[in-house]
Amino acid sequence: MEIIYLLFIVLLAAFLGFELIRKVPATLHTPLMSGSNAISGITLVGALVASGSDSSLLTTILGTTAVALASINVIGGYLVTDRMLGMFKKKENS
Amino acid sequence: MNLEILINFAYVVSAGLFIFGLKLLSHPSTARRGNLVSAVGMFVAVVVTLLDQQIISYHFILIGVLVGGLYGAWKAKSVQMTQMPEMVSLFNGFGGAASLLLGWATISSMSQQMLVNASNFVFITVLLTLLIGGVTFSGSVIAWGKLSGKLSSKALIFTGLRELSILHLVAMALVGYLFVTDPANNLWLYAIIAIGLSFGLWATISIGGADMPVVIALLNSYSGIAATAAGLAVGNTILIVTGLLVGASGLILTNIMCKAMNRSLMNVLLSGFSTPIEQGEVITGEIKVLSPQDAFYVLEAAQAVLVVPGYGMAVAQAQHAVRELHTLLEGNGCTVDYAIHAVAGRMPGHMNVLLAEADVPYDQLYEMDDVNPRMENYDVVIVIGANDVVNPAAKEMKGSPIYGMPVIEAYRAKTVFVLKRSANAGFAGVDNPLFFKDNTRMILGDAKDTINSLIREFGD
Repeated sequence: MEIIYLLFIVLLAAFLGFELIRKVPATLHTPLMSGSNAISGITLVGALVASGSDSSLLTTILGTTAVALASINVIGGYLVTDRMLGMFKKKENS
Repeated sequence: MNLEILINFAYVVSAGLFIFGLKLLSHPSTARRGNLVSAVGMFVAVVVTLLDQQIISYHFILIGVLVGGLYGAWKAKSVQMTQMPEMVSLFNGFGGAASLLLGWATISSMSQQMLVNASNFVFITVLLTLLIGGVTFSGSVIAWGKLSGKLSSKALIFTGLRELSILHLVAMALVGYLFVTDPANNLWLYAIIAIGLSFGLWATISIGGADMPVVIALLNSYSGIAATAAGLAVGNTILIVTGLLVGASGLILTNIMCKAMNRSLMNVLLSGFSTPIEQGEVITGEIKVLSPQDAFYVLEAAQAVLVVPGYGMAVAQAQHAVRELHTLLEGNGCTVDYAIHAVAGRMPGHMNVLLAEADVPYDQLYEMDDVNPRMENYDVVIVIGANDVVNPAAKEMKGSPIYGMPVIEAYRAKTVFVLKRSANAGFAGVDNPLFFKDNTRMILGDAKDTINSLIREFGD
């Protein structure tokens, strides 16, 4: 794929990331990090192809291990973030 | 061809969902929905990838997803909120390792012919993936060991540490060059992986427990950047975009943590707390100890109370007891606020999650800058297991190692209760002049026991 095109994506995504994350309040920084864990499990997408393609045994082993590790991040990350965010409550006006 | 367009279109959709999910994370009331939106984005990306024609067998994928998914789900359900720093650290490591393995698989799936013909860009990005992934993995494992108490949380400092780091960097450049110019030789591949792992190990082992918030945030960022590098290597745009979102998130948090300690990132990474501690002035005065019974009389009369929690609250698992005291105080017509320093605890936002777990509403949690201007209005400040973040030496003593660090100015309140195990110095080895102030009373003992005896006094 065209290198320049990829670098364009890098530039724009980095800028967007900074703008988005800056708005996350301090009180949510731990869920932000565990949520980031889940999102960084996106490596799963690349690992799926390595694990399931017709390639050498070594590639299959490496790919499958990567699938397992990334799945931990995706499933574990989203679930624990949900669990945490469910605890954040506003003061009830009773 | 049509399938490829479909896959890439779905990637655009899921990138949009990730971005929208992060946007919803900007407020606690919408954050949970944001997490769900982000998870849907992930689901779309994964499902559509399975349509890829390169994938001919699903057995191994299924095994990998099942094993990883079950472990992840179990971990997410069983982890205690006080253990979140360990868990995030471990997951950073898994993310780094997954990228490392993906980079390696990219090379191992290439035939000799392809290794010769592929462009340098591919090998440079694989090189970055291997290095960053390796550093993230070994660094996170060490951080996890330190946070979970499996390793000593003290900074391991020895002479030659700096030289060792420089040696690693030189080796990275050298072996990296050899790898890119001669990718068919597996020796360079293994050497690069080994150097990355070794560098992460030494870089993290020399950092002390109190600096862990910075390290976790930085490793969080690396795990995203490793995914981006892997995305560049395999030419997958969704990996690039998403990895960068995580990378940016980690970098911003790292920056916030460093600012909150008034130290540069380089200073945190290179020196630990190895700088000799020069005591500028000798602290004079005596510590005044108060019994929980007497503390109760003061609290009973108080109109406004501020709680300043620190890592000690997490260690003592005192958050539920704090909440109980909070309810009693409010029932007594007293307002209760919380002041949370950015580096309180062992990871960004650690205290907020613990207090949320104990049902403390998030709109009663304030940042340092919100409470400092109105500190005089508080009748009692209760410091629970915090030390350096309320240390006035940061303002008053030029020779102090933490001089210049922004702190919660608890000493300006009418009365300060410090709940502490003993009157020793804090983690940084810095004496705390707060303990000697006229308006400070120390309540010695386990924080949870102390609060429980206060609660009992209210009951009588």
